[in-house]
Amino acid sequence: MTTFTVNGEERTVDVPGDTPLLWVLRDELKLTGTKFGCGVAQCGACTVMLDGTTRRSCVTPVSTLEGANITTIEGLDTPEAEAVQAAWAKLDVPQCGWCQSGQVVSASALLYEIPNPTDEDIDNAMAGNICRCATYVRIRQGIKDAAKALET
Amino acid sequence: MTHQNRRQFLASAAGLTIAVALPMKGRAQSGAANAFAADGSGSFAPNAFIRVAADDTVTVMIKHIEIGQGAYTGLATLVAEDLDADWAQMRAEAAPLDNEKYKNLYFGLQGTGGSTGLANSYTQMRKAGAAARAMLVQAAAAEWGVDASEITVSKGVIAHGDKTSTFGPMAAKAAEMTPPEDPPLKPASEFVYIGTDLPRLDSPSKSNGSAMFTMDLNLDGMETVVVAHPPMLGGTVASYDDTEAVAVPGVTAVRQIPQGVAVYATSTAAAIKGRSMLSVDWDTSAAETRSSAQMMDDFAAMVGSDTAKTAESAGDVAAALENAAQTVEMEFRFPYLAHAPLEPLDAVVEVKDGSATAWGGWQFPGFDNQSVAGALGMDPAKVAMVTMLAGGSFGRRAQPSAHIGAEIGAIAAAAGRDGAWKLVWTREDDLHGGYYRPMTVHHLRGGLDADGNITAWHNTVVNQSIMAGTPMEAMMQDGLDPTSYEGAVKMPYALTDMQVDWVRAESPVSVLWWRSVGHTHTAYATEVFLDHLLELGGKDPVQGRLDLLRPDMARDRAVLERVAEMAGWDGQKVKNGKGYGVALHESFSTYTAQIVEVEDVDGFPKVTNVWCAVDCGVAVTPNVIRAQIEGGIGFGLSSILHDELSLAEGGMVEQSNFDTYRVLRINEMPNVMVDIIASEVDPTGVGEPGTPPIGPALANAWRALKGENVTTLPFSKSVGA
Amino acid sequence: MMKTLTRLGLIAAFAWAAPVGAETVNGLRTVDEFADIADESERSVALFNELMVVIEHPRCLNCHPVGDVPLQGDDMQPHQPPVVRGVGGMGAPGMRCSTCHGAENVTYTSGDGSIPGHVPWHLAPIEMGWVGKSATEICEQIKDPARNGNLDLAGLHEHNAEDGLVGWGWDPGVGREPAPGTQAIFGDLTQAWIDTGAVCPTT
Repeated sequence: MTTFTVNGEERTVDVPGDTPLLWVLRDELKLTGTKFGCGVAQCGACTVMLDGTTRRSCVTPVSTLEGANITTIEGLDTPEAEAVQAAWAKLDVPQCGWCQSGQVVSASALLYEIPNPTDEDIDNAMAGNICRCATYVRIRQGIKDAAKALET
Repeated sequence: MTHQNRRQFLASAAGLTIAVALPMKGRAQSGAANAFAADGSGSFAPNAFIRVAADDTVTVMIKHIEIGQGAYTGLATLVAEDLDADWAQMRAEAAPLDNEKYKNLYFGLQGTGGSTGLANSYTQMRKAGAAARAMLVQAAAAEWGVDASEITVSKGVIAHGDKTSTFGPMAAKAAEMTPPEDPPLKPASEFVYIGTDLPRLDSPSKSNGSAMFTMDLNLDGMETVVVAHPPMLGGTVASYDDTEAVAVPGVTAVRQIPQGVAVYATSTAAAIKGRSMLSVDWDTSAAETRSSAQMMDDFAAMVGSDTAKTAESAGDVAAALENAAQTVEMEFRFPYLAHAPLEPLDAVVEVKDGSATAWGGWQFPGFDNQSVAGALGMDPAKVAMVTMLAGGSFGRRAQPSAHIGAEIGAIAAAAGRDGAWKLVWTREDDLHGGYYRPMTVHHLRGGLDADGNITAWHNTVVNQSIMAGTPMEAMMQDGLDPTSYEGAVKMPYALTDMQVDWVRAESPVSVLWWRSVGHTHTAYATEVFLDHLLELGGKDPVQGRLDLLRPDMARDRAVLERVAEMAGWDGQKVKNGKGYGVALHESFSTYTAQIVEVEDVDGFPKVTNVWCAVDCGVAVTPNVIRAQIEGGIGFGLSSILHDELSLAEGGMVEQSNFDTYRVLRINEMPNVMVDIIASEVDPTGVGEPGTPPIGPALANAWRALKGENVTTLPFSKSVGA
Repeated sequence: MMKTLTRLGLIAAFAWAAPVGAETVNGLRTVDEFADIADESERSVALFNELMVVIEHPRCLNCHPVGDVPLQGDDMQPHQPPVVRGVGGMGAPGMRCSTCHGAENVTYTSGDGSIPGHVPWHLAPIEMGWVGKSATEICEQIKDPARNGNLDLAGLHEHNAEDGLVGWGWDPGVGREPAPGTQAIFGDLTQAWIDTGAVCPTT
């Protein structure tokens, strides 16, 4: 049994300790906004916030999460996240959409730490999130637009 | 498709007055579910494509799968235009399987591919909207006792004098009206939506995690299944030992199915772990055991084979080569490529009381309906198909073999009971699973006269056939598979003595169309070779192409001139240490020219800017068009720089995940400037045409900078670090 | 299938681990192997050269780059996904090392191999970069408090013999070859090198 907080709610799960958080979220807690793309921390589709930083849930065994605080795309409600999501919709960033939960989580985390990121900051934060549709031009613009919106 | 054909089809489509019967579960679970209002009473469905509800929502049944290309938004735009709806009331929903009502007018059956979605729907969906509008107007005329011809409709409001109504209150009455035979369409001058930037219908749900894809389905009592597939392409199960697999908590069963060994479990994690505990002996007697390097050498040795078939010829290329002042030969080698859509392949099936429902990223739902039903031993009519939003495809989900349907069907059949199952492929399954872009060799010979003019052009293409051995084989004529060399033939240039030959190679490795299909390699080989010949002849890459274009190639000319203008082309191929290269290529009747700016960073290209001019006829949704071109360029650049699917000696695939199957990431994405040529020609597709020119434009820029031709792809194999 | 591959991997690892010399443990000579070098300076140099067997191993070199990008794997490829050093060698805002690397090695559930983990997980400071440097350069760098995290020789021994992240090199998880020897031998070699004057090899 492991008990942790997900999106502000305390949850207890009874699964083998080596179960990746990704599948606990998707299969046990039915929080399917967090996506599976590679299983080996290469694509970033499974990114969540864990105790305040981005975390690839596919390589996070549930045994390491006792007492942890997790926020998924469904519970992401910071000003940064709201600005990012608004920019995403305004620019029509998503195409197929499968990677975008992870992109939004990473972008929001970036803006929380760096309110006005440079292109290099964006590359450094976002290069772990693959978009096979290559929406990168708009991801970059979306982050900049969100940064601008947060200034005002 | 002829004009007359379109009219006939639309007359019959518009005549349908029966509401489309949807499986209730399908609608509730469908990807667009959160975009829908309830289908309350008082709604009306003037045809198979539109449902107007009492709450004013207009739902468009989308006959094409939404894989990111914007089908939901594009087709809804067409309906909204001739319905005079307000964009805010528009909704989109995946149409169920119906190969008649929802057929792709270019294919004759329901299906998405070849960048045809918007193009084949253009008149059809506008007519559907116009028919609904006419019926709403008739209803209002009857309600208000006025002449229908005096009624106006604008942005979802029906008006006559001081009387106004939205669509909802008129829906019930409109349902009693007779659909018009052939409702008139708006002239382009009155377009309200076509050609404007409307927000995509699916952006919000894809930005907050609520969009539902196949893998997101969690049905009551559902089990997840992963399958141990043969590690070598063409292998089969010889025997297996599941002792340890069934001991994994959560694993409920292990069954052999035609595709491999299936592990059933109560969770995805348990299924994956169970599979890792299987011991399987594989029969590799029918498998490909050559290395891909060996296969490439074998393919190259087939150039000049007497099995070559001539796909196109003009004049006398042998004589022209003989008489040339200078001849040039180049051989290009293109690897197998995986599509690697970010949502790995998956499907869900529920079997209950002798019928079934199958959810998936069905790109040709009729094919998968047959394969699911075949595996279950059911009448296909008993198997409902629900097309979900899909996390990318790039061709991968358009399977004539319908192998995913066959696999999920086999899983349910092997379970031998009613129930629900979700098939999940891991990334390793995806990269090891075949259906690759065909490995290809192009061997080109060209001749120049003393003035540097191109006088001879001979291209031999060697690769496997995509169509042979599939239901598409019927489309092959004289043993020729056009998808093997499309783009190498029908070139826009005036080449009087030319020939294109195709040699068909064979292998147990399965191949499939990959975003822009044959153009993925033909554009590269032809536009790099041409550029090289122009350079040898002392010609400018832009002016040289313009001079060589046949006089009737006005659309090619226009995009090339436009892109040169956009990039400020001045004939200098190297400026401030940056290289510039050009490519021009038509695919799927869309014309695209690109100019690339590249830097040399530690011996490897970094593409900084790409300019692209595109002519796709009427630009229905310019914002989606730009997005598709941007994405197509990124997808193409990924393959040119990094992607390679290789087999080791013995036939094992060498790449298992994105650490070794490198795909483009944000730090390598250039700025992309897109300009769309204004046009009144019927629209053509944009999902694929952005992809072909980026490779040759980059290669030409790189040659300008470095003086070397890159002929073995990807760049990472040939160039620098 | 997967299991067979794993077993083959284990066999390969054990085969590799077999001693290649009488007093060699996992490819690293122990201190007493150097006892018959009479000259203390020569012995010191020889001991340092033995330390280099560990230092130049991918387990150690990969995270001691001279630039901002770590290497990974036994074939020492640039890290995928692309990552940067960031503040304190902990990665960039939005993608820290800890975004992927947790408290322990985690074996992949679907594919072969594992993702390494330890707390903390970070790059060695840039002044401690080793990639491409000679034994002489590395030796001088290691002794220089300005370039070794302000350690004296006792501190250096403690780092080599006790540090957890250094120790990870001998417990690197599935799919990675461990550093030669053991951390204890590495510590002993360090101490013996210090005791013999901490002499650096000359080029």
